[in-house]
Amino acid sequence: MTIDTDTSSRLLDVVEEAAAHLYVWALKDIPQDLRDALAAARLRETSVPGKRVLETIHKNVNIADSQNNLVCQDTGIAVYTCRVGEHFPLHPTRIYEGLRDGTARATVEHPLRSNAVHTITRENTGPNIGYRLPIVHWEFIPDWDGLDVKCIPKGSGSENMSFLKMCVPADGVKGIKQFVLESIVGAGGKPCPPGIVGVGIGGTADYAMYLAKEAITRPVGTRNSDPLVAQLEDELYGLLNETGIGPMGLGGDVTVLQCHIEHADTHMTLNPVAVNYQCWAARRASAHIAADGSVDFDREF
Amino acid sequence: MANHVVTFPITDPQEILKLQAGDEVTVQGHIIGIRDRTQIRIFDQGVEPPMDLKGAFLLHTAPGVRKVAEHKYEKVCIGTTTSARMVRFTEPLGSQYGVRAICGKGGFPDEAIEPMHRLGMVYFAIVGGAAALETTQIEEIEEVAWEELMPECLWKFRVKDFGPLTVGIDAHGNSLYRDVQTRAKAKLEELYARL
Repeated sequence: MTIDTDTSSRLLDVVEEAAAHLYVWALKDIPQDLRDALAAARLRETSVPGKRVLETIHKNVNIADSQNNLVCQDTGIAVYTCRVGEHFPLHPTRIYEGLRDGTARATVEHPLRSNAVHTITRENTGPNIGYRLPIVHWEFIPDWDGLDVKCIPKGSGSENMSFLKMCVPADGVKGIKQFVLESIVGAGGKPCPPGIVGVGIGGTADYAMYLAKEAITRPVGTRNSDPLVAQLEDELYGLLNETGIGPMGLGGDVTVLQCHIEHADTHMTLNPVAVNYQCWAARRASAHIAADGSVDFDREF
Repeated sequence: MANHVVTFPITDPQEILKLQAGDEVTVQGHIIGIRDRTQIRIFDQGVEPPMDLKGAFLLHTAPGVRKVAEHKYEKVCIGTTTSARMVRFTEPLGSQYGVRAICGKGGFPDEAIEPMHRLGMVYFAIVGGAAALETTQIEEIEEVAWEELMPECLWKFRVKDFGPLTVGIDAHGNSLYRDVQTRAKAKLEELYARL
């Protein structure tokens, strides 16, 4: 198909506008599935400091709602996941431009704290943009003309708690479980528990970490479509909550809200496992953009 | 587990010594915002901080702010960052500048326990991510220094009913974080045996 200039320039504006809205929306209004998970955690927790933390979180989410403020001050690194239809009339290079410009505009106009720095000089590189920032995960969908965009502002406290181990095949699934458990115990209170533990298994080292990030972007408590992986999610979720790390690492019953796993087939000699943590303020907002430029803001896709 | 209200900066060391790990604390008065680059400048680059830190309560933060005039900022969203990155500054903050309390999220590793015990300091755990609430407890940004490090400047905030905070490490050699880790590591052995 041909893409005419008017359509693509209009869609570029639509993507920019959508990104600017998604970034701020995600930061202010956490999704209902997460609110439900936090409410259930509050009922389940029995430790005194743990209950204090979960009560404070509850109060905080309500204040963010009533005062129209950000839930957390860490506006994060803007991460987007895009599902681009084969026939969507805007090329991904321009979709990226729209996401970048929307991120920058939201940062300047709100204003939002700008976190982006050069990785050597540590000097600020702009309004939450920079070389290769924001970060976009791409998926291309055949026989479709739409675009789905999900914005995940990823805080650094939880991102710093990312771990990779190249287990060997002889370590088996037991090795995977042990590594996830030791990672979350080692992380303690640093990633703002109770959050979502994202696990990526299989593929290569880089792809396992990519999958771990994909895992934390799912609605809380959703299960992998492969029953074997879903079973591992259930098992790890239970085991992680037996560690006693508790809310903010102060000890308690609720260490994680969920454990999500994404997987890929791998080489016969590889058994990679990656862990990416998402804090309790697991911010997430999505939009569907149709080929005609109409936008439907939604939590999920 | 007692409840306390403490006003900072403190002049009487007893105010710190009465706090026990696990206690709940609400803070009044003035607190100082500090972060990685601020402390790197003080200790690694040897630049004297232009604020008095004696008896102070330091908050690990890089606030979201709006500039309203020369050297004057309004709060937008103020929250707290992970403390563990900055643990090595604990001893000199206490011994050279008389800091009495450090507040952050996620806890300090065990190396903070000894200097806090020796120097009469505490670590307060705040709820990470609960910035909307924290922002309402900061009445005003009264001073800012080292603006070129924005947002990792040295900030002075006036606070009201700041908390609830949990004493994570007290001045008597106790740490909730050490206790939790000790129990969790023992539990891991049990869990591994079940896999």
